[in-house]
Amino acid sequence: MSTVELPTPRSYLEEGFGLRSWLTTHDHKRIAVLYGIGITFFFFLGGLAAALIRWELVTPAGDLLSAETYNKAFTFHGVVMVWFFLIPSIPATLGNFLLPLMIGARDVAFPRLNLFSWYLYMGGGVFTLACLLLGGVDTGWTFYTPFSTMFSNSHVMMAVAGVFIVGFSSIFTGLNFIVTVHTLRAPGMTWMRLPLFVWSMYAVALVMILATPVLAMTLALIGLERLFGVGIFDPALGGDPVLFQHFFWFYSHPAVYIMILPGMGLVSELITHGARRRIFGYRFMVYAIIGIAVVGFLVWGHHMFVAGQSMYASIVFSILSFIIAVPSAIKVFNWTATLYKGDISFDAPMLYALGFVGLFMLGGLTGLFLAATALDVNLTDTYFVVAHFHYIMVGGAVMAYLGGIHYWWPKITGRMYSEAWARFAAILMFFGFNLTFFPQYILGWEGMPRRYHEYLPQFQVWNVLSSAGATILGVAYLMPLLYLAWSLRHGERAGSNPWDATGLEWQTSSPPPPHNFDETPLVTEGPYAYRR
Amino acid sequence: MMLPQASSFAPNVDHLFDALLLLCALVVVGVFTLMIVFCVKYRHGTDAVRTPAHQHLGVELTWTLVPFFLFMGIFGWSVHLWIRMRTPPKDAQPVYVVAKQWMWKVQHPGGQREIDQLHVPVGQPIRLVMTSQDVIHSFYVPAFRVKQDVLPGRYTQLWFTATEAGTYHLFCAEFCGTDHSRMRGRVVVMAPSDYARWLHAHQGTGLAAQGADLFRQLGCSGCHDPQSGVHAPDLYDLYGRTVPLADGSQVLADERYLHDAILLPKKQVAAGYAPIMPSFEGRIGEEDVLALVAYLKTRTHAAEDTDEHR
Ligand code: HEM
Ligand SMILES: [Cu+2]
Repeated sequence: MSTVELPTPRSYLEEGFGLRSWLTTHDHKRIAVLYGIGITFFFFLGGLAAALIRWELVTPAGDLLSAETYNKAFTFHGVVMVWFFLIPSIPATLGNFLLPLMIGARDVAFPRLNLFSWYLYMGGGVFTLACLLLGGVDTGWTFYTPFSTMFSNSHVMMAVAGVFIVGFSSIFTGLNFIVTVHTLRAPGMTWMRLPLFVWSMYAVALVMILATPVLAMTLALIGLERLFGVGIFDPALGGDPVLFQHFFWFYSHPAVYIMILPGMGLVSELITHGARRRIFGYRFMVYAIIGIAVVGFLVWGHHMFVAGQSMYASIVFSILSFIIAVPSAIKVFNWTATLYKGDISFDAPMLYALGFVGLFMLGGLTGLFLAATALDVNLTDTYFVVAHFHYIMVGGAVMAYLGGIHYWWPKITGRMYSEAWARFAAILMFFGFNLTFFPQYILGWEGMPRRYHEYLPQFQVWNVLSSAGATILGVAYLMPLLYLAWSLRHGERAGSNPWDATGLEWQTSSPPPPHNFDETPLVTEGPYAYRR
Repeated sequence: MMLPQASSFAPNVDHLFDALLLLCALVVVGVFTLMIVFCVKYRHGTDAVRTPAHQHLGVELTWTLVPFFLFMGIFGWSVHLWIRMRTPPKDAQPVYVVAKQWMWKVQHPGGQREIDQLHVPVGQPIRLVMTSQDVIHSFYVPAFRVKQDVLPGRYTQLWFTATEAGTYHLFCAEFCGTDHSRMRGRVVVMAPSDYARWLHAHQGTGLAAQGADLFRQLGCSGCHDPQSGVHAPDLYDLYGRTVPLADGSQVLADERYLHDAILLPKKQVAAGYAPIMPSFEGRIGEEDVLALVAYLKTRTHAAEDTDEHR
């Protein structure tokens, strides 16, 4: 570890201290920090709802929450976790912070638009919180019609407005990233020299700007039907209830890749560094990212095998879903191969990354059970699905996010955290996670439907295990909050490159100066220039 | 706590599940073993040989394509089973299901009605014709490995052959509002003789007979009877026939077509007729539509002839 402090200009954190200097900043790094605060807030709020759900399910009789409140709790949990945590998390925080640094730029292409995106994010959040304060919404995060348009008496419009607004935040972020990568790369930074995290941000940005408008349109149609009785989805008005599902999943399936592609990008960075070795098969990794982003648009129908879609349509969506497993498998194999002949140290970011690979694999392979039409019949809309998407979204995206936060923490804050606590938290999280969600695979195969507030007594044992795991997991999630906060004051000074890592972001001071680099870097070789 | 295998599909689905589980387990064990071996052998500080890495196209292609073809085998197997699960045999006995917040209403062709229960015999293929009065529900019997969403304004169907007498759980699997988790019922599978006794004990007016009454009460016969002066299609032998439409296309007169023709007559107008039929949307419930459809299905010249001979 080199902790030699170079004579550096003021860091971006010292550019101004008042609240005003933060709320009017155009610096991508400060905006990343602002996002980080908002996202952390929503993560724990959504987590609180998860805790309520899980504690309710300790007993088969719905005795902790009323049915009404339970339904609102899982809806709030889902809405917040998807739109206010998972989708923005990595792109808006680490993406915003690192993208310009990694390509040697001074900022993103449109700094004002970047700040505006953050305001949209917070504005959407205000609507969602207002919805909660008014009494909540009970449709599930999927807003299926005609329940959401004609039958729910809860605050659907308020929730939809929140999601609608936050959608624009992600469209603008995507736009900003695409233009940034196209126009602001440092001299010598060719496409095949981009770090994999930058590639994943680029692919995600494309998905964001292509898919999110469909969501906006769909939500607007819900509004039209609810407020003006225009018959789009409700058959009583001449509409088609399954049409909504097509629109919704046409956005939401690609959105799953908005959640996981950034994680894959991050983990590639963490593993190559942890093994101190060039990533295995860089080109294949890039093609896999692109492949996932493209095929991700073609598989939405696998959410609808039993929804009344034609038998043949289901077969087509099934095979496409099997095919998208190929690029995902390539990624797992290449991460594993990167370890071969490495010089591996197990610091906290590496532990998170290895945890990610394991959990992502279990989540991804169980996706094949759901992609196989004949098996999906028994599994869909059960706890098997809940387990599957938590393995991908929580085991995958959240682990990667935390790994990334740890890895770049010294860059962002200029401080080191307690390595011992960080490792302990990572291990506890892995254990708590599996205890929470593995039993749900079994519950699902045995037929426990999801979104159940009361269940048959025969399902209790696995539910108790799952709730116990969730409690452990909750504690594990609180730990980084504490020791990272502690490090802000008491952590050791980091120095510009505490990990002795490669990558342009490590060539500037920690925390970086407002303009990122004193002189524009010149790139002469590909990423991950480790010796092996 | 194993899930019972109570339908003809269940063992097939389970075999497929086991095969996929095995294949996935192999992949997981393989990759995890490699990861652990590498992590131990190449951890920082050991003196393992660490020559520089090479890219290796052959390796990448092998480990990608071999699992891919194995999984394609699973896909083919799954499709084979899926087509069978989706294609009811001709002799399947229809039973009608109407879902509403939060109950299952079942009608047998003989007029037997039940709520949150479905009685079926062992060994007889059963075809459920389902619709919803309000939101989307989903008919799910884990012991049979069957599930199908139940949509408002549309018929969906599901078929199975129960193989073991007993009582099995029926769930609503699609979130449908406050009491979603209480929208549960039972499927009672009986030996054929017990089932015959049950049918007899619960006999009501047959569904088709109810439909015949409605056909007169609602005034359908005013236009559709052969003696009628109104130019409206003759409904004899309609079920199962291909009907030419005014827009030049053709449609199979199945249950869905009959349902829509009653509720949304303007949607698919039969060729050669003015679109003058009033919609019954909102005037009659899904259960009445079911009765009318059941009646129309009995209106074949063959059936009428045998009636006369009796
Ligand atoms: C301690 C951690 C967590 C626990 C115990 C937990 C628990 C649950 C449970 C039990 C459900 C199913 C509710 C039902 O179907 O009745 C659920 C749904 C869901 N969870 Fe989590 N969760 C956790 C963390 C997360 C995180 C971190 C995310 C996203 C980053 C997430 C995203 C979702 C989503 C999108 C749903 C679907 C909501 C819906 O059905 O409408 N969860 N969660
Ligand atoms: Cu229901």
